[in-house]
Amino acid sequence: MSRVGKIARRSFLIGSAVLAGGVAFGVYTVRRPHDNPLEAGLGEGEVTFNPWVLIGPERITLITPHADLGQGVAHMQALLLAEEMRLEPGQFDISFGDPSPAYWNTAMGDEAAPFLSSDQSFTARTARTVMGAALKVLGMQVTGGSSSTPDSFDKLRQAGAMARETLRRAGEVRTSIPVDQLHCEAGAVVLPDGTRIPYTELAAQAATLAPVEDAPLTPRAEWRLIGQETERLDIVAKSTGQQVYGIDLSVEGMVHAAVRVNPRRGVLNGYDESAARDMRGVSDVIEVTNGVAAIADNTWRAFQAVNAVECDWGPSPYPPEQADHWAEVAASFTDDRLDREWRSDGDVDAALTGDVIDAEYRAPYVAHQPLEPLNAIVRVTDTGVEVWTGHQMPRFLQQIVAGITGHDADQVTFHNQFAGGSFGHRLEFEHVKLATEIAMQMRGVPVKLTLQREEDFAHDFARQIGMARGRGAVANGRVEAADIQIATVSSSRSQMGRIGQSVPGPDSQIPAGVWNAPYAIPSYRVRAYAVPELAPTSSWRSVGASSGGFFWESFLDELIHAAGADPLAERLRLANDPRAVAVLEAVGEMSGWGRSLPENRGLGIAMVESFGVPTAEVIEVEATPQGIRIHDVWVAAEVGTVVDPNAFENQVQGGVIWGLGHAINCEITYADGMAEQLNYDWHEGMRIWQAPRITVWGVELGGPVRGIGEPPVPPAAPALANAIFAATGQRLREMPFNRFVDFV
Amino acid sequence: MQFTVNGVRQEVDVEGDMPLLWVLRDELGITSVKYGCGIAQCGACTVHVDGIAMRSCQLPADSLEGADITTLEGLASGAALHAVQEAWIAHQVAQCGYCQSGQMMQAADLLAVTPAPTDEDIDAAMGGNLCRCGTYPRIRAAIHDAAARLSEG
Repeated sequence: MSRVGKIARRSFLIGSAVLAGGVAFGVYTVRRPHDNPLEAGLGEGEVTFNPWVLIGPERITLITPHADLGQGVAHMQALLLAEEMRLEPGQFDISFGDPSPAYWNTAMGDEAAPFLSSDQSFTARTARTVMGAALKVLGMQVTGGSSSTPDSFDKLRQAGAMARETLRRAGEVRTSIPVDQLHCEAGAVVLPDGTRIPYTELAAQAATLAPVEDAPLTPRAEWRLIGQETERLDIVAKSTGQQVYGIDLSVEGMVHAAVRVNPRRGVLNGYDESAARDMRGVSDVIEVTNGVAAIADNTWRAFQAVNAVECDWGPSPYPPEQADHWAEVAASFTDDRLDREWRSDGDVDAALTGDVIDAEYRAPYVAHQPLEPLNAIVRVTDTGVEVWTGHQMPRFLQQIVAGITGHDADQVTFHNQFAGGSFGHRLEFEHVKLATEIAMQMRGVPVKLTLQREEDFAHDFARQIGMARGRGAVANGRVEAADIQIATVSSSRSQMGRIGQSVPGPDSQIPAGVWNAPYAIPSYRVRAYAVPELAPTSSWRSVGASSGGFFWESFLDELIHAAGADPLAERLRLANDPRAVAVLEAVGEMSGWGRSLPENRGLGIAMVESFGVPTAEVIEVEATPQGIRIHDVWVAAEVGTVVDPNAFENQVQGGVIWGLGHAINCEITYADGMAEQLNYDWHEGMRIWQAPRITVWGVELGGPVRGIGEPPVPPAAPALANAIFAATGQRLREMPFNRFVDFV
Repeated sequence: MQFTVNGVRQEVDVEGDMPLLWVLRDELGITSVKYGCGIAQCGACTVHVDGIAMRSCQLPADSLEGADITTLEGLASGAALHAVQEAWIAHQVAQCGYCQSGQMMQAADLLAVTPAPTDEDIDAAMGGNLCRCGTYPRIRAAIHDAAARLSEG
């Protein structure tokens, strides 16, 4: 990394908003493109025009560097390249490629800048540019924050168009037919007489030309792939058992490892491994940071052996009992813990002098727990390190591994893998660090670490715990004032702290989904309080908005009911962003809002903007003798342009189910310093019998293209709570809801 | 001990209490069968034993002498995919896909017993198969589709 990169890394922060102190780079540093990582490894007759396209005599390879965690971004990235290159599915291979600063994320700066997504002022645009420049100089290759599509949308189409036009030029050189008489179609340059010259045959020729830098993009009306129903590139493999995940990989000479690390996240005082050593297939039991590892010739034998080690665990570095965590949160609404006042419209104090409506809300710790347990294969030799796992921050991974082994980061070869889910879990490094520690003690031997589910749960860095206190006033059938205070631990600081990064300045995730609510309430104040770190936490699908959206849209609903107004009509009256109006009107129409309902049924609505995407949801529930049944969910989200309608619908439905399932029955609680929920029996999520019909509408107003992985999550919990209120009159102000009501 | 996996006779020398899940994955290299929870809560390890869907993480090797075991790899007959797999592709059910082998094995078992299941039948039969990505609406649709494909023969 360049010197400026190292300086920037020390002073820079991700995920929060920091302009103070400035991240200033010379114009040249920012404009200079990163080297194309494909150039170093070019084979005979191969050509690359940019970091995403590699063409050789035998095959075309598209590099799709964003990690595929199931959200379908490998397909999405390939779609954008193939659209412009005039390639058909089946005519190319895809690869995650090697980690490279060339794959810096161009879109994450937008979320990190502390301005409303609708704010196009000079200051807001400047802030986004500065954040983006910092990400570029650092070469921040990150998958997260629903940024893969906005990052890729222009960039990969331009890369594809550049490849297409350069190949067309190569066709001209080959045939001497003027370039304007040639066109590209289905992986070939086509001559006026219909003769096709496949791109693969033009690679060597194209390698002699300067890439065409000003290639025009295909007009929207001519898109063949973008916005169309296409078959996911991985769907056959995933429907026939052929998809290989990290946990399925085998490397020649590999041994299996399992770990137990202090479930209180404290030290290991001592251990007795004698029982484990005699077990069949066990070759060693070794110490790792705060825990032990067993090495065996089979995953299950490693599990059995490590479970047979007697361990003496030290105390937790945080309060051992859950009640103390809640007490700390409740004690955090103080001036000295005020992280920032994020919004202050009108005169809230004056507006709250009469009858005041108040309420308090809670959101617990929740685990990520994708179905593929965390795993990694690591081999350490004198000359380098190889790592195989699915991860969202590959260049950080290289540096962290190198920091353990003493190699340089560029000596760490990383093979990214299709992942069996993440939801934020694969932004973390503990399993990779453990596998590296073990491999350090067995140099030359590939070590495959697989976490037992219970171990994965015990060390899950959960969603932030938090509370909110709302005070509000209504008059003349309208919401007039709202003052909401939110206190959560900072998952951003916890997460970045583990990789040695500070997050100075306020954490914009604490009030996410609240301070940026696209409503014009005459008096509206949002204050965020930072609870000191308790148990460590991390980014959980939709991050701050997963709790903030619940707090705010529940409280707003209470105010609307107190005003005697209609929950949809009043939200529409207050909405001050055309995108918010559009999604509210859409769900109103889809759900038949206002229709008469059968007895014991209720409709609830919520609208939250997260990651720049206003998303509205209406939920219909029925209070039955067996409990609450969720019949239907109608969802509308505005993402500018829907790139992949198939993945869009699947992500929205999945996001709703994620939001609902965890709101209904999931929490992590601590006792004696340990998480009490260690498998899906106590942290279940939604099962098919509870899954409602979910109807999805992607609203396209043509503005900036946004991602959809996270935005469907935040409105789900408040829309459900508001629907239960409509059906039963009972307000749910704390998740998980099954502590207060039964569900069918 | 000896048993049959996807029509092939296998003999393995393992501890009697090693679960079938790990015999399949680590001893025989059949990786469509997934480890998710180890306690029969997620269904990712579902296989057919003598034609019935079972959680392979709960089946000790010594209970399987002579058993006829089918995994997703063996569900297709030759080049032709099973109707469930065809429907899973047509409806693009998978997101991460990690649970889907187990889902399809459970769905195939359901359709063998109940050729035209209702939504309630599906919910009852599939309730033990967890999908963290939340593909349940498509799983329902794909099972109805697979039922139609099977009835058309």
